[in-house]
Amino acid sequence: MPPALLISGGHIIDPGQGIDKVADLLITKGKITWIGNKGTAPSQPDLTIIDASSFIVCPGFIDLHCHLREPGFEDKETIATGTKAAATGGFTTVCCMPNTNPPLDNQTHIDYVKQVAETQGTVQVLPIGCITKGRQGKELTEMGELARAGVIGFSDDGDPVTSPRIMSLAMDYSQALGLPIIEHCEDTELSDGGCMNDGWVSARLGLKGTPKAAEDIIVARDIALAHLTRAKLHVAHVSTEGSVELIRRAKEKGIAVTAEVTPHHLTLTEERVMGSQLEKNDHLTYDTKAKVNPPLRTKEDINALIQGLKDGTIDAIATDHAPHTTVDKMCEFGLAAFGISGLETAFACLMSLVHSNQLDLKTLISKLTSEPAGIIGTRYGELGTLKTGCRADVTLFDPNKEWTVDSRDFASKGKNTPFDGYRFKGRVITTIVAGKVAYGDKLS
Amino acid sequence: MKTIEPSSGVVSPEAIPPPSTDMWQRRHILDLDDFTRDEIELVFETADAMTEVLTREVKKVPTLRGKTVVTLFYEPSTRTRASFELAAKNLSADTVSLDASKSSVTKGESLIDSLRTIQALGADIIVMRHSQSGAPYLAIQHVNCSMINAGDGWHAHPSQALLDLYTIRHHLGQLANLKVAIIGDIMHSRVARSNLWGMTTMGARVVLCAPSTLLPRGLNNFLASCHLSNVSIENKIESALENADVVMPLRLQLERQQSGLLPSLREYIQLYQLTTERLSLAKQNVLVMHPGPVNEGIEISPEVAHGTQSVIEKQVANGVAIRMALLYLIAGGKNK
Repeated sequence: MPPALLISGGHIIDPGQGIDKVADLLITKGKITWIGNKGTAPSQPDLTIIDASSFIVCPGFIDLHCHLREPGFEDKETIATGTKAAATGGFTTVCCMPNTNPPLDNQTHIDYVKQVAETQGTVQVLPIGCITKGRQGKELTEMGELARAGVIGFSDDGDPVTSPRIMSLAMDYSQALGLPIIEHCEDTELSDGGCMNDGWVSARLGLKGTPKAAEDIIVARDIALAHLTRAKLHVAHVSTEGSVELIRRAKEKGIAVTAEVTPHHLTLTEERVMGSQLEKNDHLTYDTKAKVNPPLRTKEDINALIQGLKDGTIDAIATDHAPHTTVDKMCEFGLAAFGISGLETAFACLMSLVHSNQLDLKTLISKLTSEPAGIIGTRYGELGTLKTGCRADVTLFDPNKEWTVDSRDFASKGKNTPFDGYRFKGRVITTIVAGKVAYGDKLS
Repeated sequence: MKTIEPSSGVVSPEAIPPPSTDMWQRRHILDLDDFTRDEIELVFETADAMTEVLTREVKKVPTLRGKTVVTLFYEPSTRTRASFELAAKNLSADTVSLDASKSSVTKGESLIDSLRTIQALGADIIVMRHSQSGAPYLAIQHVNCSMINAGDGWHAHPSQALLDLYTIRHHLGQLANLKVAIIGDIMHSRVARSNLWGMTTMGARVVLCAPSTLLPRGLNNFLASCHLSNVSIENKIESALENADVVMPLRLQLERQQSGLLPSLREYIQLYQLTTERLSLAKQNVLVMHPGPVNEGIEISPEVAHGTQSVIEKQVANGVAIRMALLYLIAGGKNK
């Protein structure tokens, strides 16, 4: 049993409960047991006190969308390294996507992930199961059994379910189970091998572009199917203005749709593919670290995504942490793997939106805690809250601490970040998972 | 047809009288996007001297003796490859020709490993053709030898653009204020992209003409973002040709029709083939150019391809001089 912890004098923000005040927070036996005025906590034997007086204390972050790569791609990431990266980034719960090898399309594979996470994981891992067997888009998985095994939703992420018929069946089936279908919205016939946004940069670089419409079309299709089936639809990694508008209208009509956006889609544009502004190159670069699917879009899309977060159209911020090896990325742009290793930069990157007054801190925290918790539901207990009696998942951060990203310091095996060398303001100081310190910032 | 006069003085058989290359700082030639007008002029002046060498009975100078030039081609090519190799041989360089489609690449060796191996073998200059846009930009991050981009994906083909510019300058004197119509598959054309930069830098006006399915969707924004205000886009070939000084139809890959970008070759021919009749819309002394290989009867009629206004073969001949100039400049401009 972890020792009792008193987080003292921090500014507690818990959007789920509407708490926004300086207070002490007591953790005993892995649970939050008391919140109250500084210095008034009930006395405890063997109490460890964390001085949080210059920090913000909030529920541990929840990542609805990450790739832990195990089983099958352990050279990219393992559950051990991925969850360590999660803790470093302030995440206490991560939902892992099933596009492993073999894919998580049956109970045995889900059990394997849960068991490895239990023994080797630093944070809580909630698996997502495949929609179709082998992610082939042909036959539904045994979704009932997967649900019993503990998946929090279904996704063939990495690929969409191309057949609208199969998708409607998946939704019908999952509706009865009460679990969301999490869709990677991409019309692959339209994107047709595109490797970045279809726009001026792709025209200039001579790269094949993926038009925004490739996303919008599947978002529209799936909203129509969610309307038809009354299933829960969760749109993964929204990247376009058009998707935001479609989701907004669907929500207005009462369709059960939720959505997430990634930190990189909120902060980077297609121009990043030509190289970082930090690098004073005389010539162009084709930066594979900025190659991600869906691709980095435009300033207009970023504005729409931020507006979507503010008005509730977009419920959650998820990393889509997609670690890759150096070999996967150190090659020709068109041949490089898609994805960004995002767990360890997500929060600091998002704080840049707060510091530039594009997003307020409370909204940001709710998109990382109470709102994704609402999408997961309560089968794993109440998540994303500092309510007394709940599992003590707590993140402490310093909103003003400046630091420079160096991927060599990542806990993740994936060093594939477009933010290398970026100077950020805002850093996770301590991550507490079930009452235990899972991460403590070595810089502080 | 005689070549132009050498730009300066008497040429000794041992050495070329180089134009002053003090301003030349480049170790690589990747695209023309960052070339200044002065640099392009320097390439021209150097190519003039090379053109003179090519008129000699013994077309060989010792300038690059002891240097090794490797041509590394990941895509099939006839003229570009032969042109670079002849250029290197004319300058007395040792040349090694690697056909990457038949080498260890097919055994899974990465581009970077292949390049490092070639460097370790002693290459001074690598001339690379690659199907992936941006490949030479990756290459220069990992090897120290000089790199000449002989075509990367849809992105750039700077030596072709330079020889196009050089050919125009030779026939029309200069490039400023000329109207150049580039017609055809702009989307997939590295020649068009490099020519955009080169032509506009030299003051020409460029009209890009194609059916919309063969134009990149972001083209207008690309032109605006890069301040290429001297470039316009046309769907109708007649408008593009009107009063043109230069017209350059691009090769139409037959698979473009198969992938649905065109309804039929028949319609493409009807709407976009450069015919004698259409050519009459251009200026009387219009130059007809083509980066090759030509699909006669598709993008250009045989009469026009071989007609009096055609300088297509001249482009090929100038290609050797331009590539000699590039190798010469890259190697340091003088014997060391």
